[in-house]
Amino acid sequence: MKPSRPVTLAAASLLVVCLVVSAVLVHFVDRLRPRATIEDVLYLKSSQLKWMSLGYSGLMADIYWTRAVQYYGGKHHSDVAPRYELLAPLLDITTDLDPKLVVAYEYGATFLAPKPPTGAGMPDHAVELVEKGIRANPDKWRLYYCLGFLHYMERKDYEAAAQAFLRGSQVPNAHPWLRLLAGKMAQKANDTQTARMMWTATYDTSQDASIQENAAQHLIAIQVAEDVTGLEKVVDVYRTRTGHLPASFRDMAAANLLPGMPLDPLGQPYVLTTEGTVEVRYPEKFKFLEKGAPKGYTPTMDARN
Amino acid sequence: MNTRIVAIASNTFREAVRDRVLYNLIGFAVLMAGASILIGEISFDIEKLVVINLGLTVVSLFGVVIAIFIGIGLVSKEIDKRTLYTVLSRPVQRWEFILGKFFGLAGTLAVNAACMAAGVFLSLLYVAHHLERADSSILVALYFIVLQFVMVTALALLFSSFSSPLLSAVFAFALFVIGSFSADLRGFAAMSKGPAHWLTTGAAYIVPNFSALNVISSVAHGEPVAGQLIFVNTAYSLFYAAMVLCGAVLIFERRNLK
Repeated sequence: MKPSRPVTLAAASLLVVCLVVSAVLVHFVDRLRPRATIEDVLYLKSSQLKWMSLGYSGLMADIYWTRAVQYYGGKHHSDVAPRYELLAPLLDITTDLDPKLVVAYEYGATFLAPKPPTGAGMPDHAVELVEKGIRANPDKWRLYYCLGFLHYMERKDYEAAAQAFLRGSQVPNAHPWLRLLAGKMAQKANDTQTARMMWTATYDTSQDASIQENAAQHLIAIQVAEDVTGLEKVVDVYRTRTGHLPASFRDMAAANLLPGMPLDPLGQPYVLTTEGTVEVRYPEKFKFLEKGAPKGYTPTMDARN
Repeated sequence: MNTRIVAIASNTFREAVRDRVLYNLIGFAVLMAGASILIGEISFDIEKLVVINLGLTVVSLFGVVIAIFIGIGLVSKEIDKRTLYTVLSRPVQRWEFILGKFFGLAGTLAVNAACMAAGVFLSLLYVAHHLERADSSILVALYFIVLQFVMVTALALLFSSFSSPLLSAVFAFALFVIGSFSADLRGFAAMSKGPAHWLTTGAAYIVPNFSALNVISSVAHGEPVAGQLIFVNTAYSLFYAAMVLCGAVLIFERRNLK
C-alpha cells in the first residue's frame, strides 16, 4: 500500500510542532527548577554509581568530571556571590569512580582552594582531595607539587609545603623544580621571590594553556607589587630630600631618582597619586592585583575571569 | 572448518547485514564525532580520555546488545519461519547448525567492532593530533571486548536453544550484569562461611567473568595490559564459550522440533 501524502505531511508537521513545544516546556521546567538536576545526581553515592555503571566506571567518571567543571564554570561566571557547596561532593564521586583521573585532583583542587569569587574557599577539602589522589597515584609528581602549592598559597603552611615538595622530589622522574622549592620553603617561604618561583614553576611545568595564562597573570601581579613597593620607596626618598611629595614621576626623574617614566608590565605608565601612592593606570587589565590597584577598586567580572 | 558450518555462518552474517544490524555504526560515528568535537568545549583536559572511554564503552555495549537481541532469535526465528526444517532436512547435523549460527554472529560482531575501532582511532587522531605507543593498549581492550562478544553470543544461543526470545533476552542480559560483577561475587564468597560459602563460590565460578575482560579504564590512562592477562583471558573466554556451546548443542540435540 502506498503511503498517503496528506497523512505523511500531517504526521511530519505534528512531529516538528511537538518537538518544538516539548523543548520549550523543558526550558520552562529548567527555569522553575534550576538546581534540580545537579542536586538529584548527588543523591547517588559513588558506590551505587559504580554498581550502576556495570564496570564502565571510567566513562561515568568522565561524565562526573565534566559535571564538576560545568558546575564550577556555571557558578563562577553567573553568580554574583557564588557558593560552591556541591563542588567537593562532585569531585569526590569523580575520583571514587576513577581514582586514576589525575586531572580531577589537580584542577579540582584549584577550583576548591582559592577564596571566593575565584574558587570555593575550601582549602582543607582541596588538600584532602589531593592527598586522596596521592594515595591512589603515588608515582605522579604533579600531585605532590599541587599539594605543596596548596599549603603554600592557600594555607600558608610552609612546613607542610616543604614536606610535600620533598616527598614529590623523591618520586622517579619528578621535575627538578620540586627539590628547589622544598629547599626554598624550608629556608624562606614568605617572600615575593618564593611566590615568583612557585608561579614560574607552574608556568614551566604545565602543558595547559589556561593554567599557563593564569600563572603568567600571577607573575605580572607579583611584578606590579614589586614595582609599586620600589616606586613608593623612591617617593619616600624624594619627600625626605625635598620635604614635599613629588607632583609627578618627572619630578623624581629630574631629581635623578628615576631613569624615566616607570611602566607597568603591560607597558602603560604607572600613576602617582596626590597622596604619594603608586597605582596602575588600567587595573581592570590585571587579574590578582594585590598592590597597585586604586583605592576602593573592586575587580569586575571580566577582570575576575 | 567444516563447509556446512561455514555456509550457515556466512548465511547468518548476510542475514544480520540484511537486518540492518550494521546501521548501529552510523549512530556510533555520530556519537564519536560529536564527543570529539564537543567535549573540549564542555570539559577540561580529558578530551583523549573521553574518546577512549566513550568509544570502548559504546563498542562494548552496542556489541552486547546486538549479541543478545540477534543471538536470542538465532534458533527460535528459524523454528518460527520453519526454515530450520529445510536446513535440517539436508545433511546438516544439529550441532553444525548451532556452531554455524555462533560463528556467523560472532563474525558479524567482530566486523562491527573492527569498524568501530577504526572510528575510535580516527577520533583519537582528531583530538590528540597523533597516536602514541601507549595507545596500542586500546587494541588489547578491543580484543577483550570481542572475547566478551564471543561469550555473550554463546550464552544468547544457549538460551535461544530452549527458551522463548523474551525469556532468552532476560536470562542473557541478567547473566551479563551478574558477570560484570563476578569479581565482587567472588569477594562475597570469600567472606561468607558454611553452605553459603560453597554456594556463592560455585555461583561465582559458573557465571561468566566479564569483569576481567573490562580494561577500558586502565588503557584510557595509558597503562599497559600484561601479556599473561591477555593469554589467560583468551583461554578463559574460549573455554567458557565452548562450554556454553556444548550445553546449547546438548539441549538442541534433544529438542523435539515436531
